[in-house]
Amino acid sequence: MKFSLTWLKDYLDTTASVAEICDALNAIGLEVEGVEDPTEKLAGFRIAHVLTAARHPDADKLQVLTVDTGDGQPLQVVCGAPNARAGMKGVLGLPGAVVPANGMVLRKSAIRGVESNGMMCSTRELELGDDHDGIIELPEDAPVGTAFSDYHGSDPVIEVAVTPNRPDCMGVYGIARDLAAKGLGTLKPISMPGFAAEGACPVEIRTDDPEGCPAFYGRVVKGVTNGASPDWLQARLKSAGQRPISLLVDLTNYLMLGFGRPAHAYDLAKLSGAVVARRAKDGEEVLALNEKTYTLDSEMMVIADDKGVHDIAGIMGGEHSGVSETTTDVLLEIAYFDPARIGATGRKLGLSSDARTRFERGVDPEFLDAGLDLLTGLIVELAGGTPSEVVRAGSPPSQAKVIAFDPGLTTRLGGVDVAETEQKRILESLGFSVDGAWQVTCPLRRNDIEGPADLVEEVVRIHGLDKVASVALPRAEGVARPTATPQQKLERGLRRAAAASGLNEAVTWSFLPEWVAEHFSDGNNAPWVLANPISEDLKAMRPALLPGLLMAAKRNADRGAASSRLFEIGRRYFRGADGLSEEKPTLGIMLAGEKTARGWQSGKAKPFDAYDAKALAVQLLEAAGAPVANLMVMGEAGPQFHPGQSATLRLGPKTVLARFGMVHPATLKAFDVDGPIAAVELFLDAIPAKKGAAFARPSFTPPALQAVTRDFAFLVPATLAAGDLVRSVQGADKASITGVRVFDVFAGPGVPEGKKSIAVEVTLQPGEASFKDADLKAISEKVVAAAAKLGGELR
Amino acid sequence: MTDITSQTEAALAAIAAAASLDALEAERLETLGKKGWVSLALKTLGSMTPEERTAAAPAIQSARASIAEALDAKKAALEAAALEEQLARETVDLTLPAVAAPKGSVHPVSQVMDELAEIFADLGFAVATGPEIEDDWHNFTALNMDETHPARAMHDTFYFPDKTTEGKDVLLRTHTSPVQVRTMLVAAQTSPGGAPVRIIAPGRVYRSDSDATHTPMFHQIEGLVIDRDIHLGHLKWTLETFLKAFFERDDIVLRLRPSYFPFTEPSVEVDVGYANENGRRVVGGSGDAQGHAWMELLGSGMVNARVLEMGGFDPGQWQGFAFGVGVDRLAMLKYGMNDLRAFFDGDPRWLAHYGFSPFDQPTLSAGVGARA
Repeated sequence: MKFSLTWLKDYLDTTASVAEICDALNAIGLEVEGVEDPTEKLAGFRIAHVLTAARHPDADKLQVLTVDTGDGQPLQVVCGAPNARAGMKGVLGLPGAVVPANGMVLRKSAIRGVESNGMMCSTRELELGDDHDGIIELPEDAPVGTAFSDYHGSDPVIEVAVTPNRPDCMGVYGIARDLAAKGLGTLKPISMPGFAAEGACPVEIRTDDPEGCPAFYGRVVKGVTNGASPDWLQARLKSAGQRPISLLVDLTNYLMLGFGRPAHAYDLAKLSGAVVARRAKDGEEVLALNEKTYTLDSEMMVIADDKGVHDIAGIMGGEHSGVSETTTDVLLEIAYFDPARIGATGRKLGLSSDARTRFERGVDPEFLDAGLDLLTGLIVELAGGTPSEVVRAGSPPSQAKVIAFDPGLTTRLGGVDVAETEQKRILESLGFSVDGAWQVTCPLRRNDIEGPADLVEEVVRIHGLDKVASVALPRAEGVARPTATPQQKLERGLRRAAAASGLNEAVTWSFLPEWVAEHFSDGNNAPWVLANPISEDLKAMRPALLPGLLMAAKRNADRGAASSRLFEIGRRYFRGADGLSEEKPTLGIMLAGEKTARGWQSGKAKPFDAYDAKALAVQLLEAAGAPVANLMVMGEAGPQFHPGQSATLRLGPKTVLARFGMVHPATLKAFDVDGPIAAVELFLDAIPAKKGAAFARPSFTPPALQAVTRDFAFLVPATLAAGDLVRSVQGADKASITGVRVFDVFAGPGVPEGKKSIAVEVTLQPGEASFKDADLKAISEKVVAAAAKLGGELR
Repeated sequence: MTDITSQTEAALAAIAAAASLDALEAERLETLGKKGWVSLALKTLGSMTPEERTAAAPAIQSARASIAEALDAKKAALEAAALEEQLARETVDLTLPAVAAPKGSVHPVSQVMDELAEIFADLGFAVATGPEIEDDWHNFTALNMDETHPARAMHDTFYFPDKTTEGKDVLLRTHTSPVQVRTMLVAAQTSPGGAPVRIIAPGRVYRSDSDATHTPMFHQIEGLVIDRDIHLGHLKWTLETFLKAFFERDDIVLRLRPSYFPFTEPSVEVDVGYANENGRRVVGGSGDAQGHAWMELLGSGMVNARVLEMGGFDPGQWQGFAFGVGVDRLAMLKYGMNDLRAFFDGDPRWLAHYGFSPFDQPTLSAGVGARA
C-alpha cells in the first residue's frame, strides 16, 4: 500500500511528522517499506524566469537562455526544448542538483562551446509526469526563486507492507484508524457528500449464488459526465501508484484504495436485462479489462446479464461493459463475495488484481451501504447525474464474533502488564466493543480475530512490543545435558573426520536435471520429478549424492582446478510406501583430478585410484564405529562405476554400508568430464549403531609375549581375490593368528600362466607360553592347507 | 730397553699417521694383536725369573698402556671424522617443498548449524529433524494454513505430482516448521494433552524463488519452546541470548515488530541493529544509533492455539513460542560471505576460504565462533 501524507491526513487529524508516523507504523505492524519525500527529490530545483532566448551559435536545435532565479544575477543556460522562450517561467536545476528521473548530477558545463549553468527541466525529468515534449511551463504568478518543491507541494509518500490478515488496512482509512489507536492523532469520521436519490433502481439485481455472493447491491446514476478527475483525486491515486484513467474509474479506485472497498461501475447502455451474480457455466468465456480472454468453470462466479458475462466476480471487470469517456448512465455494483471462492478462482485463472487481493482476504461486510453512498455522492458531486435508490440482493454476513477475554492473558501470553483500562481503550479504538464482563465483540471487518490470543496481539502491538521485557527461560539444574541423537553425533563426527582426511565439504542441490537423476537411479525407480520445477536443471530429487558432486567436480575442472576432493553429507530421496518420502542420510565423496601434483620427489602427477576411494571408505566407516574387520568386499557398486574397479563394502550379504571405486567411463562421458575420477558413497542409515551403553571398556592388558611373524608366498589362480586368501589364512588357526597382511602380489616371469603369486605376512601371537618349533610347524601346515583349499601352493 | 722405547715411539707415530680405521686396525694387530710385538713381549715375561721380570715388566707394560691409549684416541678421532663426513654427505636442501597433506574443510552451513546446536544445548534445546519431502498437512494445514489460506501462495511451494496414500499433496517443505508439528505429535503420544518441549530443528528448505539473494534451496533453523507459562518475554530473551552467544558480543539490540504468521499469535518479526563497516554489515548496536540501521532477521511468535491443538496439545494448558531463522543468512552475517549462490557451487577455492578447519569444533568452553 502506498499513500501520500495528505491522503492520510484526510482521515487522521495529526501533527505528527513523517518520521513519527513511520515509527508508529512499524511499531504497530504496518511495516514501512519506503518513504518518498519530494522535498529531498526536488532539492536544487528552483522556479526561474526566462529573460532572453537566442539561437545557439553552433547548434540549430539549442537555445541560449538567460534566466533569473531571483537573486538578481541572471544565469546563462543552454536548453534544447522547443517551448523555451523569453518571458516564460519554468524549473531550473542548479549545478549539484540530481535529476530524479536518471540520477544525473547537474554540473556547470560548456555545451558546444557555450557555458551552461544548469538545466531547465521537463515533467518527466522531475518524475512528475510523462511529458517530455518540452520544459515545464509554470503560470505567470509563480514566485521566481522559490524552491520548486515548496511551490509544487511536497507531499511525502509512504509505502507500507500490509500482512494478509489485515485487509482492513488495505485502505488508507484503516491505516488511519490503527494510527489513531496508537495515539498518533484523531480518526476523522468519513465525510459523506450528500445527494438525493430519485426513484427505484431501473435495473433488476439478483444473486443466484448466495453462497458465493451473499450480497449484491446496486444503484444506477443517470446523466453523468465522465472526464478527467480533479487534481486532488489524481494526486491521491498517483501517490498510490495508480494511473488516473477517467473520473468514474478513478472514483471506484479511490474507494478501494481509500477504504479498502472494491466496487465496479458498468456502462448501463451496454447492459441488457437483469444483472445477476451467478456461477459461471463450464467453458464460458469473458474478455477481461486486461484484454485477455478467460475460460471459466462452474466453481467460479460471474456478474452477467441476459447477453453474457460482464465481470469475473470480485476479480476483474469485463472489457465490454466498462465505462468509457462517452458513458452517461452507470450501474454501480458493490458486493460481498465468499473469500475462499475468490481465492480459488484467482489461483485457478492465475489472475491477480487489487480487487481479488481484498476480496480473498475479506472486505468489511458492514461497509456496503456506506461505501455505495460514498461512491454515489462523489460521482454526483464531480460528474453530476441523478442517482436512483439502492437495490439490494441478499445480505452480507452480520454475525459478530464475541470473545470471552481475560485481560490477564496479556501478561501471561504477551509478557507485558497493561492496565485493564488501557486494554479496553486500545480495543475500543480499533472498533471492538468491550462490556463489563470482558465479552469482546469484534468488528466484522476484523475476520482475522479468532480468539483471545488475537486480542492479546492487538493490545500488545498498540501498547508497544518494545515494552515487553526479556525474561530468562527457566533452566534445568546443573550442567547442560547432551541433546544430539546418535544419528546427529554420527554425522557431526563423520563430517570432521572427512574434512580431516583432506576433503572439502560441499553442499549441492537436492534436485538434479532429470537425465542425471535417471542416470544415477538404481534402475527400479523412475526419478522423482517436481511438478513445478524452477528450471530443468533443478527438477528431479537426487537418488545419490555422487551426481551433484560430479557436476561440481566438472565445474571445477572447467575452471582449471587441478583437483577436487569433495564430500557432502545429505539425504537421498526415494518414494516411500505411503506416498511420502524415504530420505536416506548419505555421505558422498568425489576425488577428481590429481591426487598428487608432479613433484621434485614424486615425479609425474598421479591420479586418484580405486584404492584411494577404498581407503577413505574404510577409514570413515571405522570413524563411524562400523566393525570394519568384518567388512566384506563384494561387487555391484552400480552401473555408474567401472565394473572392474569398484565394489561394495558389506556386513553380511544384504547390508551394504558403502560403495566405492572408479566412475565408469561412460558416466564421465555423459557428464562431459575428464577422468579418472574416484568416488565413494557411505550409507549412513545402514551403519549399525554402537551397542555399548557404558563408558567402561572390556578389560585389556597387552600380551606379555612378543608376537612373531612368518612369511608365506603362494601361487594361486590369477582370478582368486586376495581377500579370499587372506580370510582363509586368517581362519586357519584363530587362536594364534592375529593378523594377515598381503605384502606382495606378482604375476609375470617365473609365475606360470594363469597364476599369480601372493605373499602374506602372518602375525602369530603366543598366549601363556612361547611358540615351540613344533607349534610353529603345525601352524604353518594349517596355513598352507588353508591356502591349498583355494588352489594355492606354497612357492 | 731402548729397543722397546723406539719400537713404541714408532708404533705411536704409525697410529698417529693412520688415515683410516683399517690402517689403525692393522697397527693394532701389529702391536696389541695376538701376534703383535707388545703381546709377544708380554708373553716373554712369564718365562723370566722374578728379578728379570721386575726389571723388564714396567717398560713393556708402559708401552702397552700408551699404545692402547693412542689406539683408542685415534679410533675415536677417526670415527668422529667419518661421522662428520657422513653428515656432510647426507645434507639436503630443506628449502625444497615438502609434500603437504591436503587440507580439508567444513562447510559454513554445517559449522553454523554446529554452533547453533552448541548454543541451544546450553539452553536445554534438543535437535530435532524431519523429512524434507512433506505432505501439505504437516507443512501447511497443521500450521493453521488450510487449502484456501492466502499465505500459502506466499510460500512459492515446490509440489510433486504425487499424492500420499491419504490423498494429501506431496511437496518440498517450505520451512522447518513441520518439524514443530511432528515433535508435538510425538510428545502428545507419550503424554496425552501435551508436555514441555524445547527443540531446534535445522535443515534444508525449499522455495520456488531464485535471484541474487534467494536460492530455491536454503537452510533454516526452527526453535520451539512449549511449557505452561512461556510468554513473549521468554521469546525475546531467548533470541537475544542466542544472538549474543552466536555473534559473541553483548551489544546485540533487537527490535520486535508485530507481524503475521498463520502459525503464531501474536506474531513478531525481529530486526537486529547493525552498522555498515567497510561495505559489510556488522551486527551490533541499536539500529537507531548514528550510522546504524535495522535489518529483518527472523520471524517468530507465540504458537497459535490451533497449531497446539493440531499437534495434540491442549491450548488451555500449554503455550509457547516458535521462531525460524535462515542459517545461510546467519553464516553470511557472521563470516562475511556476500553471495548466497556460492554456498552451493562446490568450488574448492571458496570452500577453502570460507570453510572451517575440522578442528574448529564449536564448543562452549573454547567459544562457538572460529575467528579468521
